[in-house]
Amino acid sequence: MTKPAGGPGTTLLGAAALFGMVTTVVLGIRLPPTMEQGPYARLIAIHPPLAWASYVAFGVCALASVGWLVPRTRSPRWDQVAAAGAEVGVLFCTLTLITGSIWGRPTWGVWWTWDARLTSTALLEALFLGYLALRRVAYDPVTRARRAAICALVAVVDVPIVHFSVDWWRTLHQGRSLAQLTPQKDLDGSYVSVMLLGFVAMTLLCSWLIVRRSRVEAMEQALEADTFEVALEERRAESVPVS
Amino acid sequence: MWRDAALVAGKDLRIEARSRVATNQVAPFAIVVLVLFGFALDPDRGVLARASAGLFWVAVLLSALLTVQRSFAVESGDGAGDGLRLSGLDPAGIFLGKAAAVAAQLALLELVLAAGVVILFDAHLGGAALLLATSLAATVGLAAAGTVYGVLAAGLKVRETLLPLLLLPVVAPVLLAATRAWEVGMGLSVDDGWRWAQLLAVFAAVYVTVGVLAFGSLLEES
Repeated sequence: MTKPAGGPGTTLLGAAALFGMVTTVVLGIRLPPTMEQGPYARLIAIHPPLAWASYVAFGVCALASVGWLVPRTRSPRWDQVAAAGAEVGVLFCTLTLITGSIWGRPTWGVWWTWDARLTSTALLEALFLGYLALRRVAYDPVTRARRAAICALVAVVDVPIVHFSVDWWRTLHQGRSLAQLTPQKDLDGSYVSVMLLGFVAMTLLCSWLIVRRSRVEAMEQALEADTFEVALEERRAESVPVS
Repeated sequence: MWRDAALVAGKDLRIEARSRVATNQVAPFAIVVLVLFGFALDPDRGVLARASAGLFWVAVLLSALLTVQRSFAVESGDGAGDGLRLSGLDPAGIFLGKAAAVAAQLALLELVLAAGVVILFDAHLGGAALLLATSLAATVGLAAAGTVYGVLAAGLKVRETLLPLLLLPVVAPVLLAATRAWEVGMGLSVDDGWRWAQLLAVFAAVYVTVGVLAFGSLLEES
């Protein structure tokens, strides 16, 4: 039986993620407020890393779906990893949108604006909410895995189209966060290092969550398969022998 | 494959011609949506005329949902789905046929809706070439994506509620691109409308390809 906690590797990953997150938060809170954005600039320690982690998780979901669809590598494990990736991705994507709104309100004056990056992130989240809804529908495991894998790939195919269409539509967002690394940009060095630490910490946290969640998914699927057998045994036990 | 596609499209369109669901239910629904837009937006200040391109495509999208649901509902009764699977027809042909039937119905619906926005919203349909090219690409894209998601949700108890959640985010780029192109065609903006039409053509090509490749394995157990 799979254990949700996993082996020493998972524990080590979890410990590293915890250490990274605590360090990022402590250093992030101690960042000096900037002239233009005041204390809200500190959100850079977690907002871009959250967005990055959601891309990583959705990417894991897509790759695992390919792993399931290719007959040579087909195994329930891929389906479990894909499910975990999508769920963790939606979590991080939601947090990205929430932290972005908290930053946008004082900086842009609005909680939400129809800028290209925001709109495509929201659509990306909607695509994977649909994927998770499809997974929730009770069906036999193989059918569910096949439909979910195709749904994930079709959603991923849509991502560049969404990106281009929304990008042409309008653009107002800050430049890419990693573009801030060039020396001529006015972002303070301490900000860059805390943000980079945030990227590492969030990637670790995301990986740890995916590993744990896929184990839970495996247990759920095992339980689903067992429930039927158990119910059958119970009914048999209830039967009265004909004398 | 093409012969199979023509057979399936002919079958679906014959069913629609006899049952008249598209003409008696979906088309009136689309017109009701246009009337509701009239109530929601103040018709006196020209808001409707300015927004007519977007409202037209929202109405098309909502009607496309109904058309796709209908396209798979006719396969769910009387073992029709099993008949289709056992018919020996090429799955890619079945996909193209069902998508073509949906596209044909959508094209007719768009004609009705276009008349609707001209009459009800005082819209001016100027650049005919751009409007037609955009509509063609958007219709093929909607029909192809709709058919892929239609079979993905087919056979599930919750397909009526699941399909809109799955399909609408995916076809959001169609709404965006078709609306921008129509705004140019209607003289409401001065963007490069053909760029949007190209994006729609790419979308249509991608989803026709996805459907041709994936339909077989999805149809197996729906």
